[in-house]
Amino acid sequence: MKRPEPVQVIKQRRDAALQKMLEGVPYIRFLGIRMDRRGDELTGVLPYDDKLIGNPMLPALHGGVTAAFLEVTAIMELTWSMIWEDMEAGKITNDAPRVVLPKTIDFTVDYLRTGLPRDAYARARVNRSGRRYASVHVEAWQDNRTRLFAQATGHFLMPQRDG
Amino acid sequence: MPDPNADVRTKIARQFIEAIPHAKVLGMQLTRIDNAGAEITMPYDARLVGDPETGVIHGGAVSALMDTCCGAAVMAHPAAPVATATLDLRIDYMRAAKPGDMITTRAECYHVARSVAFVRATAYDGDFDRPVATATGAFTVERARA
Repeated sequence: MKRPEPVQVIKQRRDAALQKMLEGVPYIRFLGIRMDRRGDELTGVLPYDDKLIGNPMLPALHGGVTAAFLEVTAIMELTWSMIWEDMEAGKITNDAPRVVLPKTIDFTVDYLRTGLPRDAYARARVNRSGRRYASVHVEAWQDNRTRLFAQATGHFLMPQRDG
Repeated sequence: MPDPNADVRTKIARQFIEAIPHAKVLGMQLTRIDNAGAEITMPYDARLVGDPETGVIHGGAVSALMDTCCGAAVMAHPAAPVATATLDLRIDYMRAAKPGDMITTRAECYHVARSVAFVRATAYDGDFDRPVATATGAFTVERARA
């Protein structure tokens, strides 16, 4: 039987692939979004910043920021699930071409509570991923995982892959 | 019928929009606001790019513009809400906005009930015959206490 790979090799490969997916998307950097990874589970993290405020009286996060954070997390989760096998096969290397991202067809955001002026987190679930279309659900929370402040569902057009 | 409060209302709505920190960092400009709705522009900005291969603006930035413009249309409505918040917003992306083009959004608040406003919006790049995206949403209506 083949010996399992050393843990550092696996972590390095997965973190590098995740980095490759995020890097070069200026808007993700502009909002300050990071992705935390535990095995194949991704959590989007949006650290609080004054520029994300939409209502200075309350104050509250801008609804558009919430929508953008949910959309970025949904796209990253979908792309991550799309490249997982290639990545594990060692095909996502530093000199491999950039990962082509799915395109959003539509995105519906359900605002459940005011987004408070503090960090936010989001996790997405790919409910259906076909050759051409995918449907993704995503949830966002702040202090309590079970008290969501927003959720969304989006449909995406998958990039055409060779073969 | 002339509406004597229209000027005051649009002035309040304008101040409301111009005080939004996130609208400011995106360079949004309120170009029209009246009883019929609102128009807001957002200049092309390399920091907002979602696809570095093509230079196309990220859908999230278009969402922020749509959401702001819909909120402005609610605030400018003759029902005169004192505040509003998004309940839900659906965005359909028809095509990629042309890199380098300013994005213009027009929103119309087509019905206001006691506590909910219904809004639709369309976003354009330089070509006003072919929309880039459309949105429909429901917003809360906070009324002044009688």
